Amino acid sequence: MSSFFSYLITGVSLGSIYALIALGYTMVYGIAKMLNFAHGDIIMIGGYMTFVVGQSLGLPVWATILFGIAVCTLLGVTIEKIAYKPLRSATSLAVLITAIGVSYFLQNAALLGFGSAARTTTSVVPKFSIPLGDIRVSGETVVTIAVSVLIMVGLTLFVNYTKSGKAMRAVSEDRGAAQLMGINVNATISLTFAIGSALAGVAAVLLCSTYTQLSPYTGAMPGIKAFTAAVFGGIGSIPGAMIGGIVLGVIENLSKAYISTQLSDAIVFAVLIVVLLVKPTGIMGKKISEKV
Amino acid sequence: MTKRIIALALAALLSFAMLTACGDKQPAATDGTTASDSAVSDSTDATGGADEVKGTLVIGCIGPITGAAAVYGNNVKNGAQLAVDEINAAGGVNGYYLDFKFQDDEHDAEKSVNAYNKLMDEGMQVLMGTVTSAPCIAVAAVALDDNMFMLTPSGSAVECVANPNAFRICFSDPDQGIGSADYIAEHQLASKIAVFYNVSDVYSTGIYEKFAAEAAVKGLEVVTAQAFTKDSATDFSVQIQKIKESGAELVFLPIYYQEASLFLEQAAAAGLETKYFGCDGLDGVIGQLGDKAALAEGVMLLTPFVADSKEEKSAAFTAAYEKAFGETPIQFAADAYDAIYTIKAALEEANVTDPDIDCSSLSDALTAAMLKITVDGVTGSMTWSESGEPTKTPKAMVIKDGTYASMD
Amino acid sequence: MKTKTAVKKAPLLSREAKDRTITYIMMAVIFVAVQLYLASGQAGRSFKGLLVPTCVYILAAISLNLVVGVSGELSLGAAGFMCIGAFTGSVFSIITSASIPNAAIRFPVAILLGGVVAAIFGFLIGIPVLRLRGDYLAIVTLAFGEIIKSVFNNLYLSIDKNGVFLSMSAEAKAAHVFDLETKRDIIKGAQGITGTPRDSSFVICFVVVVIALIIMLNFMDSKQGRAVMAARDNRIAAEAMGVNVTRAKMTAFVMSAFFGGVAGVLYAHNLSTLQAVKFDYNLSILILVFVVLGGMRKMRNIVISTAILYILPEALRALNDYRMLIYAIVLIVMMIVNNNAAIKAMVEKLRDGLRDRAKAGKKEEGGEA
Repeated sequence: MSSFFSYLITGVSLGSIYALIALGYTMVYGIAKMLNFAHGDIIMIGGYMTFVVGQSLGLPVWATILFGIAVCTLLGVTIEKIAYKPLRSATSLAVLITAIGVSYFLQNAALLGFGSAARTTTSVVPKFSIPLGDIRVSGETVVTIAVSVLIMVGLTLFVNYTKSGKAMRAVSEDRGAAQLMGINVNATISLTFAIGSALAGVAAVLLCSTYTQLSPYTGAMPGIKAFTAAVFGGIGSIPGAMIGGIVLGVIENLSKAYISTQLSDAIVFAVLIVVLLVKPTGIMGKKISEKV
Repeated sequence: MTKRIIALALAALLSFAMLTACGDKQPAATDGTTASDSAVSDSTDATGGADEVKGTLVIGCIGPITGAAAVYGNNVKNGAQLAVDEINAAGGVNGYYLDFKFQDDEHDAEKSVNAYNKLMDEGMQVLMGTVTSAPCIAVAAVALDDNMFMLTPSGSAVECVANPNAFRICFSDPDQGIGSADYIAEHQLASKIAVFYNVSDVYSTGIYEKFAAEAAVKGLEVVTAQAFTKDSATDFSVQIQKIKESGAELVFLPIYYQEASLFLEQAAAAGLETKYFGCDGLDGVIGQLGDKAALAEGVMLLTPFVADSKEEKSAAFTAAYEKAFGETPIQFAADAYDAIYTIKAALEEANVTDPDIDCSSLSDALTAAMLKITVDGVTGSMTWSESGEPTKTPKAMVIKDGTYASMD
Repeated sequence: MKTKTAVKKAPLLSREAKDRTITYIMMAVIFVAVQLYLASGQAGRSFKGLLVPTCVYILAAISLNLVVGVSGELSLGAAGFMCIGAFTGSVFSIITSASIPNAAIRFPVAILLGGVVAAIFGFLIGIPVLRLRGDYLAIVTLAFGEIIKSVFNNLYLSIDKNGVFLSMSAEAKAAHVFDLETKRDIIKGAQGITGTPRDSSFVICFVVVVIALIIMLNFMDSKQGRAVMAARDNRIAAEAMGVNVTRAKMTAFVMSAFFGGVAGVLYAHNLSTLQAVKFDYNLSILILVFVVLGGMRKMRNIVISTAILYILPEALRALNDYRMLIYAIVLIVMMIVNNNAAIKAMVEKLRDGLRDRAKAGKKEEGGEA
């Protein structure tokens, strides 16, 4: 039983990282209705900015974190302006492919700029841990969960109660109608990207603090996993991303622990399929009503 | 519709411009007068013996310099370039220079064959490669059809050198697995062993399978085998916990140093206290851990080369590499460096004096010469048998005070 | 512009038939051009080497288009069916290479077998997948693709005189007692398959692509095909008209899986080695890129876009380290040029201008005659 408990805890800690990344994913998807496949790669760039550039500039820890987040935000907005904005009226699939192009671009730019060798990063979280039964929950996990919850609450409040947030919901609901009501759709979508990319910056700091290695391909896999988590939770739903991430982490660890480490990827995806068949719009997904 | 055609036409135009641009280069390359041969012209000035040195022999190399395995290809590319530059600066081989051409394969068998064909168009006469195992097997089949001599620095799967025209510098995967099990049994390092390996990797599974078989023969008990996949290669908490519960005294790590350094860090945090034993893939773990190198204290590994060895040859190589490329070489660079010197030795043994020799006759000459030469390289002193396998002894190393020390 | 005002007389060929004819003529021209270039002796090794993989990806892309373009469902699992086809075909060829030494008999059987097995899995996977919509369907196809990859990555298949050994674990294989003299390892887990006979040639692959095109284009023009496209454009309207949408979509999905599997067989028989890790979501996405850039409608556009996009990174080899970076930029630029409203309007204006001029020219000619 105690070992089950510890698998659960490590699963939650793995899932909290997925949740943090999924929040950014779902934010952009919910409002701009596009799968930003480059999200994971923005995280990777954020990692390099925080842990390589920031540290080599000799900045204090808090400044490197802010620097990383700032660069991610700027990068997100720039990408949006150059690559996604010209496609505002195109199909979502066209934007998806462009996002894949951006993802390749960022990976290869990082490969040329920072080299192919993996860097070891140093956690920015002060060393502490919380004993919980047999095992100790690391400081990184505690901070990741806290930050994810904070972001989830903050985003929910922002989207529901601020003017820009309401504009976002309006754009998400019906772009054309929102425009007619005098909402600046372009500015709203740009703001969404800015927020999504800033979240990628936060995720970068905590990802590289928990798993202390950084290479140009660091962002790709967490990106896919987070996408899965976001769909799991009901894509577009902010609390859904949080729950989806945690549930995915727990399933991954339990399947490694009790079924097979060799086949853990397959098992995670099999569970995903079963969940989606039972509840086709994810755990927290809204019911889609079809329009005639 | 029309705009799509325009876009595609633009791309097509670009493709063709590129293709023809490469096509033009081909005759120039064999003359040894292209820009890529700057090292050659520099060395001509330096040695001053330009009148004796004529022509170039083209050595092709294939490996990943983009994609997740890029670090291996980059190291091979740099290590080989270093050796080629040294040889050319010293006046070349048998009166001609070496021209080193590298093509990217993204660690993909299909791209690797494409790269091979590209090198054939560029006049390749000898293949030094490929860097990674699966692409190497695919290229070996094509190279056999052409009778192209191939010497892989680091393709460690058995099938890489199955053909008579193929040789390698590194150890084969089964040899490493068997060697590790034998060493552990012989030195009675442990009787209960856990294995932690990468199930989506040819190298890792290749070693693990032979290790498990040999361990059974030697009476070692493999209490648990925990795997991870390429797609979940950052969080090892479950595997570490399982190893902890298995009561293993030693964890065998037939994996590369990047994952190993993550594993060591997470294992230390989880309070796993066992011995660790790895293969040549672990070389580089100290550099990877950086400030946290203390975590690797006591890790044992069987490897032909370590970057911070005090041994004269290795030390000189590491210093030259760091000076040229600004980073510490990993074992792949050393393998490539040795591979180029091996080709040089074989060219001299076979007394190949015509640099324009066709690849098939060259292959026959080099294949015969390989069996006679002894190369005293950075990764040890090597001779080759007809199987294509090198004969050299791995050194058992232990990490002590942040550096490698011999265990014997 | 969209409405043709004057109905003159019934054309000789229907619009679809005319479209098909253009496609076949294009394929014939490509084939002849390639053969002439090969015969001229000018073709380099790179060119020859790229022919088979280009055909493989064209086949994979047009079969994915049956799902993405024709059915309008985003599938991220194309690589999974290729994987099934590749392993099935490869295992068959290796086992029978001794008993059927003639590749002219063995290879077509391998192609059919790979396609059929992939189609069976396509049917089984299609049952749950086609119940879902949009991004949920996309993620489930991605999931199936990853599961297939993962299963083949852990699969061990050996034969000896006592029979066949099939397992998902290396430990079970290590524990199994083989007859060492007759033991042959066929699938070796992550190390995959080695020694597949290299039967794929340009002519065979091209013929397979043309056959696939004929079948697909006829399907699109059939009752089922029209039903699929009607459901894509408006599912509710189609259902109201009595179209069995699920059945029509399933037909397209299974056909797509079949030809995806065939592409896998051709792929596997072009290289002597095969590993499951090749068939990951990156490959699915790559094929999707070909389809989307080809416009997701006309099969022939996808043939062209695949050929260009597959050759592009190879053609960029001269750029060395910058190759993939430039490829990414070209991809983004092509996407924007293809889909941007402003550029679209500009091009259309240009086209209308040209058309007007052509019309004016025609009128003059007509006047003279």
